[in-house]
Amino acid sequence: MAAKKFVVGCFDDEAVLFPAVKKVRAAGYKIHDVYTPFPVHGLDHAMGLRETSLHTAGFIYGITGTTTALSFMSWVFTTDWPMNIGGKPHFSLPAFIPITFELTVLFSAVGMVLTFCYLCQLAPFVKKHVFHPRQTDDKFVMAIEVTGKTGADELKNFLTAAGAHEVHEQTAETGWWLGRFDREDRLFNEQPAPLNA
Amino acid sequence: MKDQFVVPAKLRTASFVLMGIGVLTLLIGLVALGGEHGATRFWAGILQNSTFFLLVALASTFFIAATTLAHGGWQLAFRRVPEAISMAVPVLGAIVFIVLMIIVFGGKDHIYHWLDAEHVKHDRVLSWKSAFLNKGFFTTATVITIGLWAFFTVKLRNMSLQEDTWDLSPDTGRRILWRNTVWCGGFAVIFALSVGSTTPWLWLMSIDAHWFSTMYSWYTFASTWVSGLSLIALFVIYLKKNGYLTFVNEEHLHDLGKFMFAFSIFWTYLWFSQYMLIWYANMPEETAYFQPRVWGEWRPVFFLNLILNFILPLLLLMKRDTKRNYTAVTYIAILIIFGHWLDFFQMVMPGTVRELHFPWYELGLGLGFVGLTIFLVINQLAKAPLVPKNHPYLKESIVHHT
Repeated sequence: MAAKKFVVGCFDDEAVLFPAVKKVRAAGYKIHDVYTPFPVHGLDHAMGLRETSLHTAGFIYGITGTTTALSFMSWVFTTDWPMNIGGKPHFSLPAFIPITFELTVLFSAVGMVLTFCYLCQLAPFVKKHVFHPRQTDDKFVMAIEVTGKTGADELKNFLTAAGAHEVHEQTAETGWWLGRFDREDRLFNEQPAPLNA
Repeated sequence: MKDQFVVPAKLRTASFVLMGIGVLTLLIGLVALGGEHGATRFWAGILQNSTFFLLVALASTFFIAATTLAHGGWQLAFRRVPEAISMAVPVLGAIVFIVLMIIVFGGKDHIYHWLDAEHVKHDRVLSWKSAFLNKGFFTTATVITIGLWAFFTVKLRNMSLQEDTWDLSPDTGRRILWRNTVWCGGFAVIFALSVGSTTPWLWLMSIDAHWFSTMYSWYTFASTWVSGLSLIALFVIYLKKNGYLTFVNEEHLHDLGKFMFAFSIFWTYLWFSQYMLIWYANMPEETAYFQPRVWGEWRPVFFLNLILNFILPLLLLMKRDTKRNYTAVTYIAILIIFGHWLDFFQMVMPGTVRELHFPWYELGLGLGFVGLTIFLVINQLAKAPLVPKNHPYLKESIVHHT
């Protein structure tokens, strides 16, 4: 959790964005993230992001649901509170299957949504820095981290040459903090301006 | 670009060998399966195999209809494959028709005991059902359904071939979409009323004429549909491996794999829905069907069926990498087709032959039908270019990305 310096480039079109991403990576700059108004197919590959592990997590949540449902129902109906239901055996697997299925789906769905929100740092009352207000509207925004070796001016020229129509420098907090997007506009480490300065 | 399929001599020979095995098995069966009991098995095996392979081929027509109606563009790169498979429908349909007519009018009432008029008279359940289960209705329904399937299949195929000769323009593009949508809509209705409702009741469920299940047709549909998708995947992989279908890549295979995965689960859903309601209610007239299968000697086949068609596809096809792997999908597709062939085996045999037996005869016939299907499909594939070049959605299929 630290504020870092970024160079931000704005693009108009995904057809310009893709070659730009490739050029930036080939030049060895470190892309912090690319923000797009809609999901862009293949951008994750172009950026060299690793495959998500979300589905593995989903599988683990699912089998947790399966075992929870089966073991709980088996324990209840054979040990804790055996009941005679329609003369069926106490351990009657076919009757358990629908509930097992539902719990599998419930666990994996809820678990995956929560994991997804955690990975994206999405939650109510949690705020993240927005690099450009139009990144959710019609602009493709690429944020590049400025490290010790990166020359900021050189990078700005590079982005302009790659097709960015708006390039600027920002210092931003990479993590999230408590706050609301509609109430509070200031950056994490920004001091409020004195009222009567 | 290799766009025109040329039938390799090796594959043609292989299809002839398989057909030869089928015919040989049939002849051996004619001799070895003697007597009244043997004759029952002889005809039950033919019934099982012919209906299975007809419905699997028909799944390709349904694939064309469903993707066209959903405006799915991704399948255009290999659209000629389901078209070619569907063209096996007229031939297989004719075989099924002949087989059914011999069974119904040839006095084979060990397959369908509702054929025995004397017996039906004294059987309250069967006499109630005789408005539905009688020779006239059975024949009429069979003629109409097979006729309509063949008609629509040939119509869709001919339209697709005809469109290759048109000039590409926005107007022809719209015309292609419109007329395909109309004809596919028509077929979807026919399919829903036949495979989705009455045909499996007549052909297969009436073996256990006292028993009934409204799920049965959907169950049969799910079984043949997932096998049909696997068959499409097999031919696509075969062509791709031989350098055809340039536009097809892992993305298309991935989507076919998803279909195979999803409809394996769909089949299980219907399998379980049919079983659980009968298990819960526990009424003798309904449990009669499952008694030999779950508690009789068919128990191993019953559970093998579940393992082959649910547990293995579920676990094997779950990973993304497997669905994108040509070799893996090939083996799983063969597994699924065999699994559902076995499903048909356990649907037909306990009601006809009764005791559990090793299916050497049924397998031999099955190989014969596999050979016949390969023979028909490769000839159809060689008849036309492998890419429908005028279809407006072709580009969508080329740039397809899952």
